[in-house]
Amino acid sequence: MTTDTHKGKKGDVLLEMKNITIDGFSDEKWHPIIKGVDLTLKRGEVMGLIGESGAGKSTLGLAAMGFARPGCKITGGSIDFDGHDLINATEDELRALWGTRIAYVAQSAAASFNPAHRLLDQTVESTLDGGLQTANAAQSDARELYASLQLPDPDNIGDRYPHQVSGGQLQRMMTAMAMSSRPDLIIFDEPTTALDVTTQVEVLVAMRDIVERFNTAAIYITHDLAVVAQMADFIKVLRYGEEVEEAETRQMLSAPTEDYTKSLWSVRALEKPENISNDTVLEIKNVDAAYAGTVKVLHDVNIKIARGTTVAVVGESGSGKSTTARVITGLLPPLTGETLFNGEPLPPALKDRSKDQLQRIQMIYQMADTAMNPRQTVAEIIGRPLEFYHGLRGRKKQDRILELLEMIELDQTFYDRLPSELSGGQKQRVCIARALAAEPEVIICDEVTSALDQIVQEGILRLLLRLQKEYNITYLFITHDIAVVQAISDEIVVMYQGGVVEQGPKSVVMSPPHPDYTQLLLSSVPEMDPDWLSNLVDGRG
Amino acid sequence: MTDTEHTYSAAGEVANLRERRTRWQMAKIELKKAPLSAWFGMIVIAIYFLVAIFAPIIAPYGEAEVFPTPFAPWGGEHIFGTDQIGRDVFSRLIYGARNTMGIALAATLLSFLIGGGLGLVAAISGNWLDQLLSRGVDILMAIPSLIFALMLLTIFGSSVLSLICIIAVLDSTRVFRLTRSVAVSVVVMDYVEAAKLRGEKLGWIMRREILPNIMPPLIAEFGLRFCFVFLTIAALSFLGLGIQPPTADWGSMVRDNASMIQFAKYDLTAALTPMIPAGAIALLTVAVNFVVDWFLHKSSGLKDDH
Amino acid sequence: MHPILGTILQRLLLGLITLFFVSLIIFSAIEFLPGDFTQAVLGQAATEETVAAFRRELGLDQPAYLRYFNWVGSVMTGDLGTSFSGRASSGVDRSRAVVDLIAPRLWNTLFLAGMAGIVAVPLALFLGVTAALYRNTMYDRTVNAATLTTISFPEFFVAYLLILFFASLWPVFPSLANVNADTPFMERVYKCALPALTLTLVIVAHMMRMTRAAIINLLASPYIEMAKLKGVSRTRVILRHALPNAWAPIATVIAFNLAYLVVGVVVVEVVFVYPGIGQLMVDAVTTRDIPVVQACALIFAATYIILNLIADIIGIVTNPRLLHPR
Repeated sequence: MTTDTHKGKKGDVLLEMKNITIDGFSDEKWHPIIKGVDLTLKRGEVMGLIGESGAGKSTLGLAAMGFARPGCKITGGSIDFDGHDLINATEDELRALWGTRIAYVAQSAAASFNPAHRLLDQTVESTLDGGLQTANAAQSDARELYASLQLPDPDNIGDRYPHQVSGGQLQRMMTAMAMSSRPDLIIFDEPTTALDVTTQVEVLVAMRDIVERFNTAAIYITHDLAVVAQMADFIKVLRYGEEVEEAETRQMLSAPTEDYTKSLWSVRALEKPENISNDTVLEIKNVDAAYAGTVKVLHDVNIKIARGTTVAVVGESGSGKSTTARVITGLLPPLTGETLFNGEPLPPALKDRSKDQLQRIQMIYQMADTAMNPRQTVAEIIGRPLEFYHGLRGRKKQDRILELLEMIELDQTFYDRLPSELSGGQKQRVCIARALAAEPEVIICDEVTSALDQIVQEGILRLLLRLQKEYNITYLFITHDIAVVQAISDEIVVMYQGGVVEQGPKSVVMSPPHPDYTQLLLSSVPEMDPDWLSNLVDGRG
Repeated sequence: MTDTEHTYSAAGEVANLRERRTRWQMAKIELKKAPLSAWFGMIVIAIYFLVAIFAPIIAPYGEAEVFPTPFAPWGGEHIFGTDQIGRDVFSRLIYGARNTMGIALAATLLSFLIGGGLGLVAAISGNWLDQLLSRGVDILMAIPSLIFALMLLTIFGSSVLSLICIIAVLDSTRVFRLTRSVAVSVVVMDYVEAAKLRGEKLGWIMRREILPNIMPPLIAEFGLRFCFVFLTIAALSFLGLGIQPPTADWGSMVRDNASMIQFAKYDLTAALTPMIPAGAIALLTVAVNFVVDWFLHKSSGLKDDH
Repeated sequence: MHPILGTILQRLLLGLITLFFVSLIIFSAIEFLPGDFTQAVLGQAATEETVAAFRRELGLDQPAYLRYFNWVGSVMTGDLGTSFSGRASSGVDRSRAVVDLIAPRLWNTLFLAGMAGIVAVPLALFLGVTAALYRNTMYDRTVNAATLTTISFPEFFVAYLLILFFASLWPVFPSLANVNADTPFMERVYKCALPALTLTLVIVAHMMRMTRAAIINLLASPYIEMAKLKGVSRTRVILRHALPNAWAPIATVIAFNLAYLVVGVVVVEVVFVYPGIGQLMVDAVTTRDIPVVQACALIFAATYIILNLIADIIGIVTNPRLLHPR
């Protein structure tokens, strides 16, 4: 870019949204999604837009472009983008701004790139459409952008098709695409949410540097406060379509004025005192496993779990955490190795295990939505294991169900509700009650909190800890979230590419010296410190 | 924005609570909201069924009763006149409702019994049995079903029983495919895995976990398959290979009286005689389609027709 | 070898295997005939010698698998056997070769189906794509309601409605499509107008609905939203971003409906007394002329399989993931 006729000075107001209201259509009615939010962004500033699911942050971010998804409509307020009224703009006027002066970076890069075209052609499409540069100039500029975003082989990577590069690379590619026309404003919509932590770091660094270099204003949308702290100059917190507070980043982290803002990192405030025991309840020995007809996913996995403790299994996607759980439950009989329960070997396949053996190991799933039959009531869901394992019926069963509801802090009004009438946290609680109903010794928790908002996560984790204390239950806790590991575990198993990298008490694993991979994993977890990313980059060189 | 919650309570979390209602109340509410087309469809279907059930009471003459004047004009003793050998068209129309719909209903039920049952078994077993059934169905479906039906009718002849069996077996391939694909999407759900981990028997899983969740698409499919079977039987009868005389049937009635269309310029009512049974077939399929369309819109997920 | 070739070869092989099983099913039709069918064909008065000669001609003295291979062998060389009709109990054989019966009629059927297809495919694609683009407008609703009604109609109802209006009340087209080998092209088109129109109406309804659903599905992709947010114009979103990914679903829709056309032709030919293969098959079923039924079924099934195979292959060669492997 040589001439920037439309670029004003840094510090001028670029975007001003006033009293925005947006409605969404569901259940055959229009419901308010955004209820009167103001937003002001100056040139060269990065704003973090943070909130939990359903807060309306993506809707608001898209509205900053004058766009509403199908099923949404902007019902009130004003949007002024550098003198353009985006509310009353025609489609053609909006289109003239989109891709050239306002660009969008979507959450799922894999789905947002057109599979039929080369990456380079897609990168420069808006620039050429807008007549900003010649094809050659735009393409060589794109290659330079690739290089500055640390993409491998920047001269040729653009000749590839979207499915030929990795997810982290695609996400950087999309940033290059947004940057190609040197827009005044980029909307980043949860750009790293779908990535593993170690990949996320690289993408964050690349995005931050390039936005800084070209002095582009940006709105960075995420649910992760630690991430946004690295990217944004100031942060706006949204909840239920309303603004909770807005403050400069450092101030928000050190002195939030609203309790709700604090609750956004509530899980980080939890920490379980370590409890080490030698009374092994479950052990897997030298397990190798593979799914039918594919390469091995587990190599010589050994894990020991002591009674009444929590062993957290951490690792990124594809590390073999969930496969380990499937081996223990008998869903995937291992190729070699065995599972010992109270010292006795368990039959490798589910169908060979006795009712008694099944009852002692229960499982809780990540998505409580799909873990409950949508056509059964809470009472039927919790009541079935009571009937099946313990033969309870009628009055006795009903009393026990109410008792279990009390244990998970829900009252009797929940007795005959259907899953669709429960919130996310309540659903997960009912799943916990179903596991408890069997009166198990071990519960396998597979990412049970990762689909939940922070404050709800905290509630679930506290419940699990209390139940462990009261009933001496053992947890095998599978997660990718280090904050959750801190909160709940006694011992930690680190897995990488199907093998165990390290196993030991939390205090040992979490403090240096670390094996290489553990070091990489732990250092990649964003911290509530605006300087964390800079320090990390300096440290890694 | 000051009144944020200070204490967290699990029971206090916001959820979409529904009012407690019985099934009957729910149905009444849904019916009230039903569009005109669905109402039209339901009323038409109800009338057809009433006519089919009470055919002998409603029909003025017998099914195969022959009168001395063939091709009698409309009005007078015979509302829609008589056909080429002097049978009362109106009476035959009424009996035709019973025969054509009865056979179509029987064939559809049988095809759901076969296709639905095997589809469910294939989805749950997911092993060689699934492979075998699926590949077999692929091959059966590679022969267009009307052509296959024609070939089988050559061999087994056109009795009512063989007609029902042939159409049911051929149509069950489509029911199999749908049941299997819907059931497979339920089988992979965590709640089915949870039931397996609990140690539940296969029958229990099928009945309690899977079946209730695949009912809505299957009910909609039943309507569509019924239309298809109904049209196939009508077509076969029209070709002279379906329901055999003297049994009254709409398809063959069209064929028998088709030549009367040529006289439209001289006597429009005569020309309309073969159009009435054809129209009766069309009206019923339109009605069923309207109801199914509405039902698909209701049961979410299948919003856009395919 | 390019992996796409491998995938295509795999599909072709699968198609051949399907064809093999289908031919096996069609062949075995004769096995299920009641034992005394020779009498039905030759008449009650047939002498034992005539019957024996007939059975020998059919090869019924040989084991079934040998007969199957002979049958397949002759089908490959274009010999579809000899019709059952025209045989007399006296042993006088005036039966004709099935090929001679089928060849002229097959041409007629292809002509009719082709005529309907040429009109129906572009029309349906146009209606389907525009209905998807202008979703939930009056236009969309009207087209939708009209097609939902049309697909509910039996083909003969549509056919007779057309005859009533365009041949009887307002006679612009003939109600009988009696063509023969010597009919000149334009007259042939004229005579086929009503049957072709019937087929077109039925096919367009189906194909339009499927196209609409496929396009709506495609337009819901995140990359289409991304293209919009990149400021790409409406036409370019369709032409450059949607179309290259639409070939596979569109090919499937077209193949499905052309296959449907092949079957729909049976009823329409009977209505218009059109000398096509569909009518031949219906006549053969009535007279239980198994060799003709088998030949017709084989032709219909093969057309069906080949059409679907072509759609599959179009889907493969336009799939960027397969075109540009990792």
